[in-house]
Amino acid sequence: MSKPLISVRGLTKVFGDFTAVDGIDFDVAKGESFGLLGPNGAGKSTTMRILAATSTRTSGTVEILDKDPEKFGPLVRAHLGVVPQQDNLDGELTVSENLYIYGRYFGLSKKFIKGKIEELLEFAQLEEKRDVKVEALSGGMKRRLTIARGLVSEPDILLLDEPTTGLDPQARHILWDRLFRLKEQGVTLVLTTHFMDEAEQLCDRLVVMDKGAIMAEGSPQGLIKEYSSKEVLEVRFGSDRNKEVAPQLAKMCERMEILPDRILMYTEDGEKLLEQIAAAKMHPTTSLVRRSSLEDVFLRLTGRTLIE
Amino acid sequence: MNTGIDVVQIQRFGAFYIAAARLRSMAKWKSIIAAVDIGNPLFYLIAVGVGIGVLVEQGSGTSGTSGIKYIAFIAPALLANSAITAVMDETVFPTIEGFKWRKLFFAQNATPITGRQIALGVYLSALCRALFSVSIYYILLLAFNVVDFGSSVLLIPIAVLGGGAFGAVILFAAAIIENHDQFFNILGRLVIMPMFLFSGTFFPLSSMPIYLQPIGWVSPLWHATELGREAAFDYGVSTLMVIVHITFLSVLVIVGLFLSMRQFERRLAK
Repeated sequence: MSKPLISVRGLTKVFGDFTAVDGIDFDVAKGESFGLLGPNGAGKSTTMRILAATSTRTSGTVEILDKDPEKFGPLVRAHLGVVPQQDNLDGELTVSENLYIYGRYFGLSKKFIKGKIEELLEFAQLEEKRDVKVEALSGGMKRRLTIARGLVSEPDILLLDEPTTGLDPQARHILWDRLFRLKEQGVTLVLTTHFMDEAEQLCDRLVVMDKGAIMAEGSPQGLIKEYSSKEVLEVRFGSDRNKEVAPQLAKMCERMEILPDRILMYTEDGEKLLEQIAAAKMHPTTSLVRRSSLEDVFLRLTGRTLIE
Repeated sequence: MNTGIDVVQIQRFGAFYIAAARLRSMAKWKSIIAAVDIGNPLFYLIAVGVGIGVLVEQGSGTSGTSGIKYIAFIAPALLANSAITAVMDETVFPTIEGFKWRKLFFAQNATPITGRQIALGVYLSALCRALFSVSIYYILLLAFNVVDFGSSVLLIPIAVLGGGAFGAVILFAAAIIENHDQFFNILGRLVIMPMFLFSGTFFPLSSMPIYLQPIGWVSPLWHATELGREAAFDYGVSTLMVIVHITFLSVLVIVGLFLSMRQFERRLAK
């Protein structure tokens, strides 16, 4: 295996008496799509800002393209595309002007940027909005423009902090499609998300973060296999009865989680388990058999749901 | 791999890239800026020229203003004040916007551009705006026959220096404040207004009681105004005082800019 593009060891960031990132290690290989999955406040954005060579760290080592981002900030940033959590576009300027001035910040020639703008407008599906002020764009369009802006310098690594948070389902799917294309082109992606479906769709490999620490690492499928069962049966008996029936149900499955509104039963065969419950003369008001997801992995690792 | 980005070139010209982007944003407001920069001097020149000035000269002639027409006496101060206002507009708002409202500085800092270059770029673009405002003002002074063309051209760089001295300090202040709600009120009413009134703008500083004069001494407006009067009509400022004025303004520029650049870098790296 060739040398990783990003190498992080013992990374720690402390704000006052709050430890936002608590000694994490990971590597990201060239062409890989790597995710940081975790709830709000897990330390994902802080980690991203350190990877973006803009924020300082308290301790640990970070190497991006063989360089310490704290010592060689501008040099490292020349190879990065950054898509922050909050779109920080210049609302007074037009779509194409935003791309143009950003290209100039990388010292790129006017001629190169002009050509690049055409390519990026097509990529972001914003050709018809090129001369529209950014203020007038929808949330999804702004997001696509922010990603396009991050690509103006043809970066080796694209960092995306919560790329689809706050977008409607349709806008999210358009965005996933765009990111998937980048991945196919071999761009190394590092993204944070608290959406498990997003992590499953986009990440080759991910770490699950909670309270500044890494709880587990692997591919989405690998993590599910390791930390959860094949299927999950969700049953509801009504919020009062859930607790009463729990002890009886516990004997029927490998593992169980009692949530305020429902019970999750982990098993290799959900339908069979549902038949057993019916045979025991218990009648849930609703039931659902589904495949295990990263949400279940997170629940297993932390005892909490991802979005609370 | 990417297009061979030249980081050395960015280190050299980064502040200019930022300034160019700022000027592009300003250009979006060109009609408003032009209206303000032409309208504001016109109001003063008319009000003072045909109103207050006539009253003052009826009362005491030009004895209180070293033999200079009243409108001419206050012209260098108005010019410097217009530079100060322009620089303030183009440093305070972009800085708060950059750190808080739209977080544009964080976007700029995600490129090879550094926090120091962002501070310098914002500052340079504000000086450009001041140069524009002051030049229009100067042309109107010529048109209204307030000053004669000649050494009075120096009023332009002097006013820009005065605006730049104030701007460097105010840039630092804008970069420090986290809560900007009261900042504008305090700045406008407790800094700009008293500075405008007590910096020898409408009457010589020496005609004020001594305990009020220190306001003028620390005010970039007073130093720029005195220099401007000397440049435009041999007002009788000693060479020593000319050096003092230039030094004071230059020190504000250097210290203010140094602190601003450091503060920008620190705040972006948090």
